[in-house]
Amino acid sequence: MINMFEVNETNKMIEQENLDVRTITMGISLLDCIDSDLEKVNENIYNKITKYAENLVETGDKIAMEYGIPIVNKRISVTPIALIGGAACRSTEDFVSIAKTLDRAAKTVGVNFIGGYSALVSKGMTPAEELLIRSIPQALAVTERVCSSVNVGSTRTGINMDAVRLMGEIVLETAKASRDQDSLGCAKLVVFCNAPDDNPFMAGAFHGVTEADCIINVGVSGPGVVKTALQKVRGKDFETLCEMIKRTAFKVTRVGQLVAREASRRLGVPFGIVDLSLAPTPAIGDSVAEILEEIGLERVGAPGTTAALALLNDQVKKGGVMASAAVGGLSGAFIPVSEDQGMIDAVNLGALSLEKLEAMTCVCSVGLDMIAIPGDTKASTISGLIADEAAIGMINQKTTAVRVIPVIGKGVGETVEFGGLLGYAPIMPVNSFSCEAFVDRGGRIPAPIHSFKN
Amino acid sequence: MKKTIITVVGNDTVGIIAKVCTYLADNNVNILDITQTIVQGYFNMMMVTDTSASAKDSASLARELNELGDSIGVVIHCQHEDIFNKMHRI
Repeated sequence: MINMFEVNETNKMIEQENLDVRTITMGISLLDCIDSDLEKVNENIYNKITKYAENLVETGDKIAMEYGIPIVNKRISVTPIALIGGAACRSTEDFVSIAKTLDRAAKTVGVNFIGGYSALVSKGMTPAEELLIRSIPQALAVTERVCSSVNVGSTRTGINMDAVRLMGEIVLETAKASRDQDSLGCAKLVVFCNAPDDNPFMAGAFHGVTEADCIINVGVSGPGVVKTALQKVRGKDFETLCEMIKRTAFKVTRVGQLVAREASRRLGVPFGIVDLSLAPTPAIGDSVAEILEEIGLERVGAPGTTAALALLNDQVKKGGVMASAAVGGLSGAFIPVSEDQGMIDAVNLGALSLEKLEAMTCVCSVGLDMIAIPGDTKASTISGLIADEAAIGMINQKTTAVRVIPVIGKGVGETVEFGGLLGYAPIMPVNSFSCEAFVDRGGRIPAPIHSFKN
Repeated sequence: MKKTIITVVGNDTVGIIAKVCTYLADNNVNILDITQTIVQGYFNMMMVTDTSASAKDSASLARELNELGDSIGVVIHCQHEDIFNKMHRI
């Protein structure tokens, strides 16, 4: 039988080390909402989401209460809207009307974000997909809870450089459209390479077309738990360190699996995956950067950071895989700047640069995440950042992403405040040499040789 | 049987066990096991209980025990045993 020591250990993780289930995300297919009449599409979407997710928030809260584990977010992901609106939308305004419907549905069921205002254009763009992409700045400015993502490349298809060029402009326009909120719109927009179909984490969540009608995906967290566990093995060798990370990741993930199963059973919706991610928040002690520092770095960004992150990411997966029935999504360590106090401190001290962050994205689960850059950064430079990240993802057969925020009207040395889970960020300098001629070539970077596996 | 783990932690004072047990009896919750220690004046108790005969659902019991804890100056958690079983047993 469970003993007092074990009970206290679990409760200490929850109360003092910020262990929580970061999100229960319900994936809903909107494929059966397609119609050539825009009004009908909007009606279908609203009705389906509000019917399927009616009890999502209440069920999540009940599970949290019964097991005594916080479930921070309840969210929804939907089929990429470029596919759903394609037959009905003739203008960017038409697509924006669907964004408003998603926002309204999210507010009705009480979820704080809804993801899937997306287009998957890794090889080419249909006219509808291009329209959706061009509607993103306005859609994110007039809605509150809608999140958008665009997949511009994959290992199998190469990188769609036309889309990369366009996304540089769109990121900048999104920043301008939400300039009165410190360009907050960009915090809800992710540009992916190798985007997963079952990611429960925002802002990049969407419900892939390979998925079932409705599914429950869960994202766990717990950087604080790993950091506290590692304090016990300070100065010990790497084998001991790795063993401790694995054990801790196992425990954290088991909680995620339990919540996922329970939510799936109560909602009568199949269980999809558990995403084994270490997702930081701005709260003290809930930081991935602090784990890396506990591993032995004075500050994140010091030489050794990439190696430390690589081992952390790998051990989290090894520990988590056995704890869960099905693993998916992004699964690894997130390294957002604004959402992680340790990262913010490292940037302020000059220890961490954009270039080092790019190197770190080669071995972590996502990419350049929640990084504020000067508002006068050129669109082609943002496209260059996106192309670099996409290349890392394409060549290494992993997901990479860019979520940068060019803060209009602000420059290096200033700080931008997003509030809540999104935190705040110092504006980081970007290499000012031009890549315009490179970006302007247009076309596609072919898939790498190791993609030919058939 | 639906087993629930109740933990009570806080400064020791007269009547903590009495108040918790009275609440459980009133709500038809059966106590299966109690472990309790006091370390440096700090009260620490764990109960294994069966809530299947209670008219209230687990979430309500958890909420009310929480409030009871607030009123006597201790922290009370009431959690389904599975969160501990899953974390500590393979």
